[in-house]
Amino acid sequence: MDILNALVAFLNFVFVPGLAYGAQLALGALGVTLIYGILRFSNFAHGDTMAFGTMVTILVTWALQSAGIGAGPLPTALIALPFGIAATAALVLGTDRAVYRFYRKQKAAPTILVIVSLGVMFVMNGIVRFIIGVEEISFADGERFLVTAGEFRAMTGLQEGLAIRTTQAITVVTAIVVMVALFWFLNRTRTGKSMRAFSDNEDLALLSGINPERVVAVTWILAAALATTAGVLYGLDKSFKAFTFFQLLLPIFAAAIVGGLGSPIGAIAGGFVVAFSEVTVTYAWKKVLTYLVPADWAPDGLVQLMSTDYKFAVSFAILILVLLFMPTGLFKGKSV
Amino acid sequence: MKKLLLASVATLALGGAAGAEDVKIGIILGFTGPLESITPSMAAGAELAINEVNAAGTLLDGSKVTAVRGDSTCVDAAAATAAAERLVTSDKVVAIFGADCSGVTGAILQAVSRPNGIVQISPSSTSPALSTVEDDGLFFRTAPSDARQGEVIAEVLKDRAISSVAITFTNNDYGKGLAEAIQTAFEAAGGKVTISAAHEDGKADYSAEVAALAAAGGEVLVVAGYVDQGGKGVIQAAVDTGAFSTFLLPDGMYGESLVQAIGSAIDGSFGTMPGTYSDGAAKIVEMAKAAGFDGTSTYVGESYDAASLMLLAMQAAGSSASADFKGKIEEVANAPGEKIYPGDLAKAIELIKAGTDIDYVGATNVELIGPGESAGSFREYTIKDGQFVTDRFR
Repeated sequence: MDILNALVAFLNFVFVPGLAYGAQLALGALGVTLIYGILRFSNFAHGDTMAFGTMVTILVTWALQSAGIGAGPLPTALIALPFGIAATAALVLGTDRAVYRFYRKQKAAPTILVIVSLGVMFVMNGIVRFIIGVEEISFADGERFLVTAGEFRAMTGLQEGLAIRTTQAITVVTAIVVMVALFWFLNRTRTGKSMRAFSDNEDLALLSGINPERVVAVTWILAAALATTAGVLYGLDKSFKAFTFFQLLLPIFAAAIVGGLGSPIGAIAGGFVVAFSEVTVTYAWKKVLTYLVPADWAPDGLVQLMSTDYKFAVSFAILILVLLFMPTGLFKGKSV
Repeated sequence: MKKLLLASVATLALGGAAGAEDVKIGIILGFTGPLESITPSMAAGAELAINEVNAAGTLLDGSKVTAVRGDSTCVDAAAATAAAERLVTSDKVVAIFGADCSGVTGAILQAVSRPNGIVQISPSSTSPALSTVEDDGLFFRTAPSDARQGEVIAEVLKDRAISSVAITFTNNDYGKGLAEAIQTAFEAAGGKVTISAAHEDGKADYSAEVAALAAAGGEVLVVAGYVDQGGKGVIQAAVDTGAFSTFLLPDGMYGESLVQAIGSAIDGSFGTMPGTYSDGAAKIVEMAKAAGFDGTSTYVGESYDAASLMLLAMQAAGSSASADFKGKIEEVANAPGEKIYPGDLAKAIELIKAGTDIDYVGATNVELIGPGESAGSFREYTIKDGQFVTDRFR
């Protein structure tokens, strides 16, 4: 029995990566859920909006680095983030004006808007690849680790090491800050309240004098900010590649639907549910169990429920289970 | 009248083909994809041999050899066969040099080379499966099979007194074949493989894969992957989480980009790559330097040798038709005969013309065995202070 080592192994390989990944998914899912709640369609272009925002941030980061501006131990990309958000907000507002507004005026069915967003997705996808290319780009700088595995071992004398990357800590802290700010905005400010009114009952909101174009514009700006932040955090923590942001679309939608489309708190819960399910189901529990049980009970196999190849299958399975048994999600969002 | 004209044009064309001709060779490598950092040097290696023969100007009574490049993408069999098909049907190449990755090489062999009866020599496809594939005597490779590399890696591990390893491999023909070869050889030598798990290339995050590998444990992590792809990601994640600190790097993982990406944490890791300690190996590095590219890059020697063998076999057969020269390749490559090193191609052509038997040694000590593949020798290296330091040759 060696509970401490088991706990550290669990933290190092399951909890810390799961927490960071969950925060990234939650931020992405918040953007999807906002668009769904107010504009009433599933925005398939969200993954590539993230890629676009991250791309602009990377370009600004490079400019800052060559100008010798840095953030000390923190990644330079954090300074570049506001520029990324501004550019992305301009892009999505432009897209809204050029594309979505036309269909909104026509009161097009949500299915049509979904397909329209699919088209927008391919265009954004092309723009990103055209500007920055398809290669893997690593743009994290500054201190790489808060605690490295080796330092932790030396500090505690335990067999297992615990590594916490700076980017993981930044991800979690930024996610919390953004989430608190978003809830404050939605619940306390006049614009936030008008957005919620618009989401609950569009006709009633229009009757009480809420300007629909303004609500739509604010929603897009918020979605752009959330998407860029999520994308930059994911890119900092892992690496940037146009293709992986497109792949992120599935777990993000799974998170939004599990939590209940249109429900911000649901999106956050959904993000963590999906992230931790992916990590725990594909983790080989042998190491943790070996520490926990008496020596002669130690498992011979890997105690792995599913090979890591099936990570995405976990998102799919959760999605199907939720849609079958709780179509409105955990937090009573809109049914799909 | 029209028929008469056509007939005379046809006769002229035939008459032209008999003497000096324009010999086209298709070079199909993954200029985009997981191997894009080493393929330019490989193509340059092949073109080095072609230029040398052109400079001599004596091949097949003054024929001129031209190289036509095509992209195999390394991973997309459909794109690779389309590129090969275009080279054969539209550019009319007489032989295919390539491809690089085993999966696409096999696909091109079955879909293009065999149906068209064209000789194909790969400088770098190492999957053991290609040893037993149906090839109508058209397929050769100057790189050794991974079954051989598996044995070498098992020896390296044994000599370093390592008794247990975890293996991760890129999920394709190359990775799977190599991982199986290593496991078989290492277990036969009394070692223990704790886990052999696949990883997919092109993902942003490999922490889940590394978590499974770490749970299984092992003194060293064998990464049978690609240096510009998942292999690097796996090593990065393993270093970050402290799961493994020493890595064994087979041929696909050799590259400067790995040291640049990982930094000092990779020091102390070791690996194997095809290579020989011979006069030929030093010669090719010099020639590459003069031609303006890096001759120490992986598979440059094999590439030069593959192209040279093709051209010398054509001379030996006195024809550039695959059906004629496919039988001559092993004859040119193997003993007995006068030894031929890089830079000696003009001399070799003269010797063949004079009827003397030659033994092409080339940059990599080529000796074709069994189903037309190189017997293979390997260089064992250790990474010290970011430098690849050669330990010995096996």
